[in-house]
Amino acid sequence: MARFALENRILDPEETLDRDALAALQGRRLADTVRRARAVPRYRKALEALGVRDEDLRGPADVRRLPFTVKDDLRQSYPLGLLAVPREQVARIHGSSGTTGRPTFVAYTRRDLETWSGLVARFLVAGGLRPEHTVHVAFGYGLFTGGFGLHYGIERVGAAVVPSGGGNTPRQVRLICDLSAEVLICTPSYALHVGEVARAEGLRPGDLPLRYGHFGGEPWTEEMRGEIERSLGILAFNNYGLSEVIGPGVAGECPARDGMHVQEDHFIVECLDPVTLEPVPDGEVGELVFTSLTKEAMPVLRYRTRDLAALDRSPCPCGRTGVRMSRVRGRSDDMLIIRGVNVFPSQVEEALLRVEGTAPHYLIEVSRPGALDEVVVKVEVRPEDFRDEMRQMVELRDRIDREIHAVTGIRMIVELVAPNTLERSAGKARRVLDHRKVAPA
Amino acid sequence: MKIRQLSLFLENRPGQLRVPCQVLGDAGIDILTLSLADTQQFGILRLIVKDHERAKQVLEKAGVVVNVTDVLAVDVPDRPGGLAEVLQGFEACGLGIEYMYAYSVRSRGEHATLVFRLSDPDRAAALLQARGVRLVGAAELFARAGA
Repeated sequence: MARFALENRILDPEETLDRDALAALQGRRLADTVRRARAVPRYRKALEALGVRDEDLRGPADVRRLPFTVKDDLRQSYPLGLLAVPREQVARIHGSSGTTGRPTFVAYTRRDLETWSGLVARFLVAGGLRPEHTVHVAFGYGLFTGGFGLHYGIERVGAAVVPSGGGNTPRQVRLICDLSAEVLICTPSYALHVGEVARAEGLRPGDLPLRYGHFGGEPWTEEMRGEIERSLGILAFNNYGLSEVIGPGVAGECPARDGMHVQEDHFIVECLDPVTLEPVPDGEVGELVFTSLTKEAMPVLRYRTRDLAALDRSPCPCGRTGVRMSRVRGRSDDMLIIRGVNVFPSQVEEALLRVEGTAPHYLIEVSRPGALDEVVVKVEVRPEDFRDEMRQMVELRDRIDREIHAVTGIRMIVELVAPNTLERSAGKARRVLDHRKVAPA
Repeated sequence: MKIRQLSLFLENRPGQLRVPCQVLGDAGIDILTLSLADTQQFGILRLIVKDHERAKQVLEKAGVVVNVTDVLAVDVPDRPGGLAEVLQGFEACGLGIEYMYAYSVRSRGEHATLVFRLSDPDRAAALLQARGVRLVGAAELFARAGA
């Protein structure tokens, strides 16, 4: 009998389907998904180009016959070109968490929303949520799938939601105490911040009513889990999801807390070498690729997440049969997640371009000195940008600061540095130094 | 009457001030006076040297960002209230001072020399001279320094 940190309650029988039954279900749903995806011109063309016939799709392994989908397919289909149902069936629209000039939208039918809240409810229940609990949601509400995704999952379980949203941490701490929230939902770095603020307010871990926390939206480590658990006096659980696939609820931890069970009755997961696009052996890190099996409004075929993680197919003591994914170990592109927001170095470059006409040499340094991410952008001063008067130089720095904030939605510390002082390796500029310890080897 | 001043961008970290001084020293270029403006994170070093073109060349070759700016050198009576009088003249002419600093080379007994950066140096020079403010030209400035 396995020993868990808490009672192992399983919400749906699908979570423990034996692998053969699961494969049969996946095969049926895959064929159905591809049939429905053909309503999208972009998918139809890609399927025809590869000569994929519906009758070829008999089991989950046949997912490998399908074309890949990447983020750029969503951008090029802006706003809702990948919609597979008539517009009047759309019940909600969310957007990517990135704040890039043009967001990417994802749509849900009424049934998709039911599916989604059911998936969120599964990992919440696995991680201790019970109908009698009160849950404090400190995720931002809005286009971002985190806030509303968790919100409706909590309601599905039957617990009470405090839709606090982001910001004003001392007030959040007060709300948690006054409303006796047992469960906290936010990004892991914000959870650490809540712990720091609570301590600053004179509260000790035992003084908070919190017992469990469900954290996602950015990569984190086992060390961070330990810190969060100590500072808040809770059990912390990891969950995974991305808006393009459905949002939070794609995978989540069980009481064994040794990997996140992918909800395989709704998604087929592949772990591929990002260069060859061939599967990597179980246990090795590769890029996660998801195919939705039940989504109606926006089915997604082999979506390349760019998230690097490993899969574990060994049986889990909790009884759930879904393959487990490791923590996200990094990205196969240069995307950074800063305080839960997706940021690309190209956005910083765009901001510099707006200020100075041509982009000077720059370096983005990311660290986590306390609980929250800190980003320093070092910008080399070019002779043509240099002015003799201090206020003009300060104004230059402030303009860069404002543009970066406008483009990325993130405040970064801008430092002007002397030319040719930033490292150039083999002619190719190094744009990012990430000092955060979020990718344990 | 304008003097050409070199402005250098410096990062605020150890060694940043020494490098340009070393470069000028190696080239045999004498620094007549200097002033350093700084923020927490970067600074601007302003220098007056005799051969500013050659100085700019060697500094740029060493990778330093250099700007040439026109400034005025003004003789100010070396007695209590002397600077206030001169500044009153600036004010009367409606001249805004971007920054100023002292010229470190000895002047002729009864005067101290100050360096001013004004928004329109040509107009400022004409207005100040009309009011009898004593401007010091490059030739005289360098002669005083024995450069």
